[in-house]
This record gives sequence, C-alpha cells and structure tokens, in this order.
Amino acid sequence: MGGGGRTIPALLVTLAVLLAVHPMLPGWAVNMVGLSLANGLAVLGLLVIMRAGLVSFGHGLYFGLGSYGAAMAATFLGVTDAFLMIAIGMASAALVAFVLGFLMARYRGIFFALLNLAFSMLLYGLLVNSAVLGSTDGFSMPIPSYLGYAPVDATSRVSFLLYALICVLAFAAALVVHRYLQSTMGYIGEGIRENEVRVEYLGASVRRAIHIKYVIAAAITGLGGVLTVLLIGHVTPEDTVYWTKSGELVFVAILSGTGSVAAPFLGSMLFELVRTYALQYAPDLWQMLLGATLLAVIMFLPGGLWSVVRLARRKA
Amino acid sequence: MSTVLETRGLNKRFGAVIAAADIAIAIGPQEVVGIIGANGAGKTTFINMVTGYLKPDSGAILYRDREITALGPRAVTRLGIHRSFQIPQIFPELSVFDNLLVALGIAAETGITFWRPLRTPALTERAEEILERYRIDEYRDQAVGVLPQGARKLLDIAMAMVGAPTVLLLDEPTSGISADEKMAMMDTIMAVLAAAEVTVLFVEHDMEVVARYARRVAAFADGAIIADGDPDTVLGDSEVRTTVVGPELHRRG
Amino acid sequence: MLTLAAIMIDGVIYASWLFLVAIGLTLIYGVMNILNVAHGSLYALGAYAAAWLVGEYFLAGWPPFASFAVLIVAAAAVGLVFGTVIERGLLRFMYGRDEIVIVLVTYAVFLILEDVMKLVWGVESYMPYQPRYLLGNVSIAGLPFVVYDLCLIGVAVVAGGLVWLGLNRTRLGKLLHAVIFDRELASAMGINVTRIFTGTFVVGAMLGALGGAATAPLISVSPGIGVEVIVIAFAVVVIGGLGSIEGAAIGALIVGLGRATAVHMLPEIELFIVFGVMSLVLVVRPEGLFGRRVVRKI
Repeated sequence: MGGGGRTIPALLVTLAVLLAVHPMLPGWAVNMVGLSLANGLAVLGLLVIMRAGLVSFGHGLYFGLGSYGAAMAATFLGVTDAFLMIAIGMASAALVAFVLGFLMARYRGIFFALLNLAFSMLLYGLLVNSAVLGSTDGFSMPIPSYLGYAPVDATSRVSFLLYALICVLAFAAALVVHRYLQSTMGYIGEGIRENEVRVEYLGASVRRAIHIKYVIAAAITGLGGVLTVLLIGHVTPEDTVYWTKSGELVFVAILSGTGSVAAPFLGSMLFELVRTYALQYAPDLWQMLLGATLLAVIMFLPGGLWSVVRLARRKA
Repeated sequence: MSTVLETRGLNKRFGAVIAAADIAIAIGPQEVVGIIGANGAGKTTFINMVTGYLKPDSGAILYRDREITALGPRAVTRLGIHRSFQIPQIFPELSVFDNLLVALGIAAETGITFWRPLRTPALTERAEEILERYRIDEYRDQAVGVLPQGARKLLDIAMAMVGAPTVLLLDEPTSGISADEKMAMMDTIMAVLAAAEVTVLFVEHDMEVVARYARRVAAFADGAIIADGDPDTVLGDSEVRTTVVGPELHRRG
Repeated sequence: MLTLAAIMIDGVIYASWLFLVAIGLTLIYGVMNILNVAHGSLYALGAYAAAWLVGEYFLAGWPPFASFAVLIVAAAAVGLVFGTVIERGLLRFMYGRDEIVIVLVTYAVFLILEDVMKLVWGVESYMPYQPRYLLGNVSIAGLPFVVYDLCLIGVAVVAGGLVWLGLNRTRLGKLLHAVIFDRELASAMGINVTRIFTGTFVVGAMLGALGGAATAPLISVSPGIGVEVIVIAFAVVVIGGLGSIEGAAIGALIVGLGRATAVHMLPEIELFIVFGVMSLVLVVRPEGLFGRRVVRKI
C-alpha cells in the first residue's frame, strides 16, 4: 500500500506513452500490447479477490462469459457497437458472479478454488456441447462499430481505435481498483486475508464483503474477456473457460504480485512477450519455463515482480 | 435497568466434555468482573457463547433485557458487546496503524465505502490518539506479526475498544506477559476502560491481578460457576482455594 | 433392460477407472494436506512409460501374457522415481505453508512434467493396445464387453482394498492416523513424520502412475492426457470428501454411473455430470460426503 500516491500519476504517464507510441509500433507489437492489456485486466480482476486471500482456479469462467457474451451479442443478436458489446460482456460476467457469489462467499482456501473450477468446467461442458456455438472450434464475430462510426479501412484505423479503447479502459479499471483498494471496503479485504474472525468481531460482514469483491472481480475479468475477443475476432471454449486458461490467469497474478494495480499489466506484458518468442523458438519448453518460473517466484519472490519494482523505487 | 448483560441456564457440551453447566450470571452497568478458573473450566467457552461465536445447547443470553442468544459475532458486536482474545486476533501483515484504521473504518462505516479512501484526516487523527492512549505509538508502522506479545495484546484490546462498546470481555489480557509488566499493562487498560465507562469481564489466571482490578469475581470449575461475589469472599472461599487459587499458585511456581 | 445392464456395467468400469486415478490423490491429501495437481502428470507418466515398455516388450517377442507385469512394473518405477524426486527435492521445503501455495507448487511441477514428457517421448502418440487384445471379449446379458476393461474393476478393488487394509489394519496405518490427527504431536511421540510423508507420497504417486499404466492399452497416449484427468480426479475426491478412501470409492461410483447413464440416455450432458455432481455436493456438504469439518479455535 506504500507509494499509493504515485500510482495514479504513473498510470497516467503510461497511458499517454502507450497512446503516443502507437504510430511507431509495428502491427504485431500493437496487437501484443493490446492483448497484454486485455489479459492484464483479467488478472486485475483476480487480484481483487486475491487481496482478500482467495484464489480462484476457475476465473476463466468470467473471462469466457465476457468473451462469449460479447461475441454472441455480435453474431447472434446483431449488436454492432463495441461499447454495447462491452456492457453486455461485463454484465453477463457480473450477473453470473452475483448469483454464484451467494454460494462462493461461504467458501475459503482450496474449496473456494475448486468450486470455481467446477463452475468453469460446467460452462466449458455447456459450450463444447453447443453445436450452434461451434463447440470446440468456437465461432468468429463481425468487426464492431464505435458509437455509430463504422471504420471502412479494416486495418490501420480499426486497430488504433480499438488499441486506444483498450488502453483507456485498462487505465480506467486500474484507477477504479486502486481507489477501491484504498477504501474501507478494500481494507476489509486485507483484513479478511489476515484474520476473518477479527473482521466479524469488528462488526463487518465477511460474506457480504467477499460477495462484493467477487462480483467486481468477475466484471473486470469479463471486461478483459470482451476486449480479447474484440482484438482476436474469434472465441473458443479452450482459450477462454478451460481450466488451463484459469491456471494461466493465476500464474500471471502470482508472477506479477498483488502489491499494486499496475503489477498485473506489467506481468501480463512480460508473459505475452516471452510467450511469443518461446512458442516460436522452443515450443516444447514453454510450459517447463512457466513451471520453473512459478517455482522460482513462489520460493524466492513471494511478492512477485512488483516487489522488485518496489525495491528499485525505494533505492531510487 | 439494573443489568446490562445476563445469562440464564447456559449449557454447552463438546462430546463428553461439559463446557458450560447452567451458567446464570447478571452483570450491572460498569461492573468490573474477574473470571477465574483452571484451564478447561469453561471461561473461554463462556465468552465465545456470549459473543455469538458458539451457540449454547440451551439457555438464554440477554443484553439490556433483550435476548441475543441466536445472534452471531457481528450482530453482537454491532449491539455494543466487544471482546479481546487470548491469542490476539489482529492482521499480522498490516502495520499497527493500519490495523487501527481498519477497525476505525468499519466502526465509522456509513454509505458508500468503495470509493472514499479509508485514510481520511479524521480517522488518521483518531488512530494516532489511540496509539498514544494505549502506549503503542512506538510500534506505529511495524507489521504487527513481529511485535512483542504485550504490544499485540494491547492492540487487540485497542481494536475491540474502537467501536465504543458498552460491554467488553477480555480473554486473558495478560497471558504471555512477564510478571513485572503485567501490572503496568493492566493499569493502562483499566484506566482507558474506566474513562470510557465500560462494563468489563476479564479472564485472568494471576490472582494478584484479579484482586487488584476486579470489583467482583466469578469462579468457574467444570463449566459451572462455583462462587460469585466480591473478591475477598470469592478468593477466600475454601472450594475456590482448592480448585482454582491453589492450582494457579502451583502453576506459577 | 438391456440398456440398464449396459449402464450398470459401463458405469462400474468407468467408476473403477476413476477410483484408480483418484485414490492416490486422496491418500496424499488425507495424510499430507497436499492437493497434488501433478497427480495428472504422474498418471500421464505412468501411461507413457507403460506404452513405451509394452511396445518394446512386444517388439522383442517375449511371452505376451507377461506384458501385464510390464504395466505394473512401469507404474511402480515411475511412482518410485518421480514420487521421491518431487517430495524430497521440492515439496518438503514447502511444508507448513498455505494449502493454496502448495497447490501452486504442484501446478508448477505439472507444467514442467508436461514438457519433460514431450522431450522424452516426442509429440506423436503411442497405442499399446496388445495387452487389451490378448484377453478378448466376453458376452454378459447379451452385451459384448472387453475382458481387459472388466479386469479394471478387479484392479481397482485390489488397489483400494490394499490401501484400506494398510491404513486400517496395520501398525503403519496407526502411525499414519497419528500423523493425520496431529503432525506435531506425532513427531513429538517419536514417529518419523518425514519418512511417512515420503512413503505416502511415493505410494500415492505409484497409484497415479498405475492409473495411467492401466489406461494406456485403452487409449492413444499423447501429450496432454494428464490435463483432463486431473480435473476429473479432483471432482471425484471432492465429491467423496478430500482425504477419504471410502469417499473416493463412492464419488467414483456416483460419477461413473452418472456418466454411463448420460452416455446412454443423454450424451450431450456427459461432461456436465461430473462437475454438476461436484458443484451440488460442495453446495450441500462442502467437506464432501465423507469429509470432516474443522472448527477454528480462537
């Protein structure tokens, strides 16, 4: 929580830089930054509950609800506006989280993790059995318009609009979560992680707090899912709700550390960068690299990459 | 209204162990009651039942003549009955200051608390006051997990006092504290509690501490209250001397 | 009627398979409180080792019926080597840490082993069908069944029975119960907790590898087979109650019969059954059908 005062200016500067460098970036880099930020949002959602000591092994459920919600709205309901898709995707994730939250708020530790896993696998089972949704192959969605503006040239301008949208939304979400973590409700999360009994004995409802956090986490992860599908234009069950996706989100969260709202984006950026190269040059060593990194972080860097940043800042 | 807290016929069993047997006690406003008894006599179970952590098998708990038997810890806390713990229940990775801020934030909770920062000037100032009042200001920014036991105990009690309770139950406030620090620590606590006009029940093994601070003593044995009255009478009672006081002296020796 | 018989027999076969892959997982959790994600890798390693050895064995032209011994030897070797390495080389440094952290550590091991298998055995698939063909088919109530598949029931019963007897009827089992009840107290009483942990993990790993080795003749052994197995095994042990052998058996039967019913009546909901039952059980009884609930002392 230290250095909280510098987070917002630092995020603003980053946003400005990301928007300014767009013309200089090659296409693949634009895509990579966009994907990293979208995935970073998904991890940011996870961070909200991890700060309260809860790890979900099925957070792909909400990533997938965001992706599928938006893509289905576009393909089957004829929704063309990107903002409407975002609203629909986030609302689907939040709504399901609100309902499931009554249940999840009763569980902790591995039970919380596994119950989330179970529900994500239920959605997976549903999706792979839906022929109309292309089962395991998924389906593609049309290119969206932005508040009535439909880009004609489907390459450069679309990508800047979408890129800028992703940057701004990532910034906005980071800001909201940052404020949230500094609020009483945010601190109650710290309390729940550290000692639930005391939180109840101070007069706050642990279940209610977890429920609220769970819905916020789902909505933000859902946003990440929507933005990913807007970028890729295609959605499959395996890339969104399968447990390996949930595992990836947890991996990036642990790698990044939960010390700051900037951490998930940093970790996600590094993850995408390494993945791009690893899959190209040593595809059979990628998972080994992930596993070794995870072990190294758990053993030697419990605060994740963010603790390195914090240390560097303290020395500076 | 003569009683603040009252229990009627509380019973609780854990398997074959009787943790509470027909406990009936009535406590008036601003009484300071010392609770004594050997380990396993049911003292902590009594506190756990009164504060809603455990449900009695039978019997009733009343707060200002209102039945609160079915309420959980949060609801009981909200009514004004707070407690401290034998093992301090604090947030180990947060600093002393942040521990107090969380307590203050929850107590002051009004309206939307998702956006307004917890660290407001008003709450910060109150947290500083509390640090001084309990003489733990030297640990202000340390993570409480690494504090000495005495400071952790004081913080635990300070957090219980944040919501301005009417009744405070202290579960062994001086356990783990060296003999020469005990009295100083109890002086600090009791001064604050007296100023706040709180009704106090405290569990204590050290009979000197009990004799010095309690205005009334209840002795527990095998889940039942075997004596209840002014300290001299209870501590002089022959049954209390054999079941509680003697063993405690032995324990200390 | 025919369908009912088919559902029953298919269901019990599938349940036996589930039990075989889940029993090691629940044993390790029960004694060590470790939810071992790498159990999926041990299953896959067992399958790979068995497939590879069976292939070599038949190439060499040795007596075919002894190939069953090859399956078992493969499983035992994998469990011994990898179980020891994982527990001694890594997990023992993690004892006392949060359950979730240990889950993540085993997840890391899982990721590493996925690629180790690709490096050792390549990405093409192995099909060690020979042991399954050897035993031929049999007709029960007019329905054809593969004898090898029916033998899985026997293997599951023997494996489960041995573990149960070991836990409940031997001196070692008493020591294990002492460790489960209170690790520190057991250690203070002079029980060698370290050795018990290593032993339990190795036995659990062998059981996981046995699940894989026994399955190898039924499937095409290829990268990623451990992925799905681990989540299904999780579901089975959660239904039964983490750490309970009886629970794993009941969980496997429920899921096995449920799935067989779905396959015959409503194939679309097949995947649903497993996690549907798991969610339902967690909702009603979070500690599982045979689990114990722990109350925190304050």
